[in-house]
Amino acid sequence: MIWQLDLLILTLVVICGIGSLMIKDLLGAAILFGAYSFMMCVLWAVMGAVDVALTEASVGAGVSTVFFVATVFHTTRRTKD
Amino acid sequence: MRILGILVCVTTGAMLIWASGEFPPWGDPNSPASLHVSPRYIEKTMEETSVPNAVTSVLADYRGYDTMFETTVIFAAGVSCFMLLRLFSGRERSFQHYRHILTGLTLRVRRKGKELPELEEFEPMDSLWTPYDLILRTLCRFLLPFIQLFALYVIAHGHHSPGGGFQGGVILGASMIFLAISQDMRSALRRIRERTLAIFSVAGVATYAGTGTLCLLLGSNFLDYGALSRIFPVDPVGARSLGIFFVEVGVGIAVMATMIVIYHNLASEGFLDEGL
Repeated sequence: MIWQLDLLILTLVVICGIGSLMIKDLLGAAILFGAYSFMMCVLWAVMGAVDVALTEASVGAGVSTVFFVATVFHTTRRTKD
Repeated sequence: MRILGILVCVTTGAMLIWASGEFPPWGDPNSPASLHVSPRYIEKTMEETSVPNAVTSVLADYRGYDTMFETTVIFAAGVSCFMLLRLFSGRERSFQHYRHILTGLTLRVRRKGKELPELEEFEPMDSLWTPYDLILRTLCRFLLPFIQLFALYVIAHGHHSPGGGFQGGVILGASMIFLAISQDMRSALRRIRERTLAIFSVAGVATYAGTGTLCLLLGSNFLDYGALSRIFPVDPVGARSLGIFFVEVGVGIAVMATMIVIYHNLASEGFLDEGL
């Protein structure tokens, strides 16, 4: 892969990971975590681990984001800490 | 305390990054991981199992025992979600919204332990009801069969392309979650009931373990699919490919049912009547 693109995706992974920990809005954190999973999926696919990429896309970016959103829906949207 | 936590995080992260410098470069054929068993899998997969996708054959055949317990872990996750969240009979929401279909009038009925009568003119409604959206509902209904077809393709074509039971099962479960989000949870539960889901999630794990036991009964080791050639009209190599397929179907069923159970219980706080 073009190394500039690779570097961009890696930077976005780090930003999404730290952002989903730091952000006060839980719904935003869930969405950021989905974005993080999707970036990881792209990285797996680039490295040739296509099976892992498909798992990451369906489980990490798909279903777990839905689970997080469904859970945030029943709690307060902002964290206390 | 906070500063201490950040300090521990940064130190561990720095040590991990420092240690990753010692790793062999990516794709190095002389790295320890690619010297031990990988060459055998890559060279022998085709002649031993006739499965072109080496990942699938390692996952479901060479490491089949591992995958069986992975499926059991998923099943256990579904069961624990059910046990923690599900509210059993006698615990119901204290009120229920109804809509008069002809006039659009909304009623809020307080229930006091009594069963509410089912009337034709009224339909039950979510308390956080969003207006009926024709475009959204029709689009979702058009999209659903394609998602499910793709999921079946991912399960059945896992021998040749990336995919398999786990991924296909998740996509199949996601299609039913999609139905529950786009319509409402009641119509999704009418399609596939809670009891059916419970039976499915057990049946999936049982299919996996049953395939292994069948091999045992036919005189081979547990999960040694070559023995299946005695009851199916295929040669021992083809039988291993067939065994992988059975196992993948079992995994797919178990994962699908578990994903739907977890979603229903999370989204409805265990009441299983209305969700997102």
